[in-house]
Amino acid sequence: METAKKERMLTGNKAMAEGIAQEMEQNDDVFVLGEDVGKYGGIFGSTEGLLDKFGPDRIMDTPISESAIVGSAIGAATEGMRPIAELMFTDFFGVCMDQIYNHMAKIHYMSGGNVKVPMVLTTAVGGEYNDAAQHSQTLYATFAHLPGMKVVAPTTPYDLKGMMISAIRDDNPVVFMFHKTLQGLGWMDPLEASVGNVPEDAYTVPLGKANVAREGSDVTIVGIQMMTVYALEAAERLAEEGIEAEVIDLRSLVPLDKETILNSVRKTHNILVVDEDYLSYGMTSEISAVVAEEALYDLDTPIKRMAIPDVPIPYSRPLEQHVVPSAEKIYKQVKDMLDS
Amino acid sequence: MGIPEDKLLWMYDTMFKSRYYEETMERVYMEGKSPFNIGAGLVPGEMHLSTGQEPAAAGICAHLTDEDTVMSPHRPHHHAIAKGVDLKRMTAEIFGKESGLGKGKGGHMHLFDPAVKFSCSGIVAAGMPQAVGTALAAKKRKSDAVSVAFIGEGATNAGAFHEALNMAALWKLPFIVVVEDNNYGISVPKDVATSVETNDVRSSAYGIAGEKVTNNDPIAMYEASERTVERARAGEGPTIIEIETYRYLGHFQGDPELYREDGEVEALRKKDPIAGLKQYVIDQGFVTESELDEREDVIKSEVDQAYQFARGSEYPVSEAALEDVFV
Repeated sequence: METAKKERMLTGNKAMAEGIAQEMEQNDDVFVLGEDVGKYGGIFGSTEGLLDKFGPDRIMDTPISESAIVGSAIGAATEGMRPIAELMFTDFFGVCMDQIYNHMAKIHYMSGGNVKVPMVLTTAVGGEYNDAAQHSQTLYATFAHLPGMKVVAPTTPYDLKGMMISAIRDDNPVVFMFHKTLQGLGWMDPLEASVGNVPEDAYTVPLGKANVAREGSDVTIVGIQMMTVYALEAAERLAEEGIEAEVIDLRSLVPLDKETILNSVRKTHNILVVDEDYLSYGMTSEISAVVAEEALYDLDTPIKRMAIPDVPIPYSRPLEQHVVPSAEKIYKQVKDMLDS
Repeated sequence: MGIPEDKLLWMYDTMFKSRYYEETMERVYMEGKSPFNIGAGLVPGEMHLSTGQEPAAAGICAHLTDEDTVMSPHRPHHHAIAKGVDLKRMTAEIFGKESGLGKGKGGHMHLFDPAVKFSCSGIVAAGMPQAVGTALAAKKRKSDAVSVAFIGEGATNAGAFHEALNMAALWKLPFIVVVEDNNYGISVPKDVATSVETNDVRSSAYGIAGEKVTNNDPIAMYEASERTVERARAGEGPTIIEIETYRYLGHFQGDPELYREDGEVEALRKKDPIAGLKQYVIDQGFVTESELDEREDVIKSEVDQAYQFARGSEYPVSEAALEDVFV
């Protein structure tokens, strides 16, 4: 086919880096700072090739000083620059949460809208490579719970680029969570979903819009990042048995696209929400509450949710596999829901 | 030279054991990882090896007892071995086995052996304030125990480093930080990340003692540590010891190390501290080469048995993932 020939396949990390590069080319106020973003190109490849293009004044390796990394990005942003600060692992949020929560997220509000903080905080999330309790979390809800910042978590290379460009142009602070496995790095599990078509030109994908990744009529599965990948895998298996699952790739936690979720539930009358974050007080709870408040009487079966069962991420392989949702677990859960 | 013979030989044995342990791990870690995939194989996840950094651990642990605390960062094996952590259960933990120190829940960056007051974590500089806390407990309980936090030179720029040192100095606690300067925070060299050339000078900001050990020298490390631990036990407060040391391997196994100069590691390996100490103890007439060979065989056998124990142990049942969140 003509269109297939035009496809330009990139890994997630290259798509993300390209989005940053294209914004840097057209706006001198954009710069990157963080640990190992220079020669290393980001531990998870988020700034691959950028040092060679832009030099150390705009791709700045920093000391291991997360409070100062985030805090200085805030300061530069209030001066009208558009910094991209990288927090290497989302698990490291603890050493700079004051800057994130009490400042980055609140300055616009506390100033009555008079001070803007147009920065992006990039951070790697996710597990399933046995990196244990301090390097495997997603912490989606920890960030999404705090008012005042947008929180996005793209899945596909196309969205990684388009949402990065939107995040840089956004006048709000944006937490840009990228999943390690979806970066398509050579030293992790190879994954088909980590490579995808990415147009060469700069384009935007809006923040706050979910994507219907697969249409279906029998059950809605809401996922995010790797959980979307697993939901799509489960949906293929369910389809073989005549069950058509609609898979929603959430993409943005804040703002949350309630409409896309509610429209889907009103069509399928069943919903499973799947998350790689902790179960309680999490994304699954939030979406369940939205559905219960606004579409309860559209449901044929009780809302179901699947997430990390409120334990830290264990190291040992069988233990980690036990707590992280999988395509198999999603498949079984949907079968249970629809059989009952 | 006033170092007792038995202490020198203990340091040699400890450094040799640590080196042999890490070289074994370097091989074992690659089992089942071809092509390289960090999450595959017998030992999955990140692996930060300490090959080349042995003097830092042996030099100070020679002065510590089981009552003294050691807190270590993400690169913990040499410290754990020098502190006397149960080698079999440590190895089993790194293999993710039920017989491990943490029943497979912690892994290589999260080893806890309370019997010898050892722990480590994967968050840079996090051990600093916690070791201040164990030192505070020792002072409150009037014990003469000291607390040692090991960190990399990159960690001296974290807020926790400075907050912990000020508090330890303010309260004159028996707290020691050993800064292992291997010149790299992952890929970022010290001169790109740190505003001063050496971290011992930062002691003046807190009104405490500073020691600098150059050339990865185990004997100088022993001597600096002796003065430091004596001061701490005598109630004279904290010390920063910085040792110039060498990381022969990547930050983690699989690190492409594109930030290194050509020939850099080969030059470092030529200055190997274990070979140097071996020559020294032989020259001093403390031991003959063949006697050392015998000692090395005993150590190798102990390490090999630890790996065999780990290989032979069972994985935990998967439902055990749900246990131990609360007491």
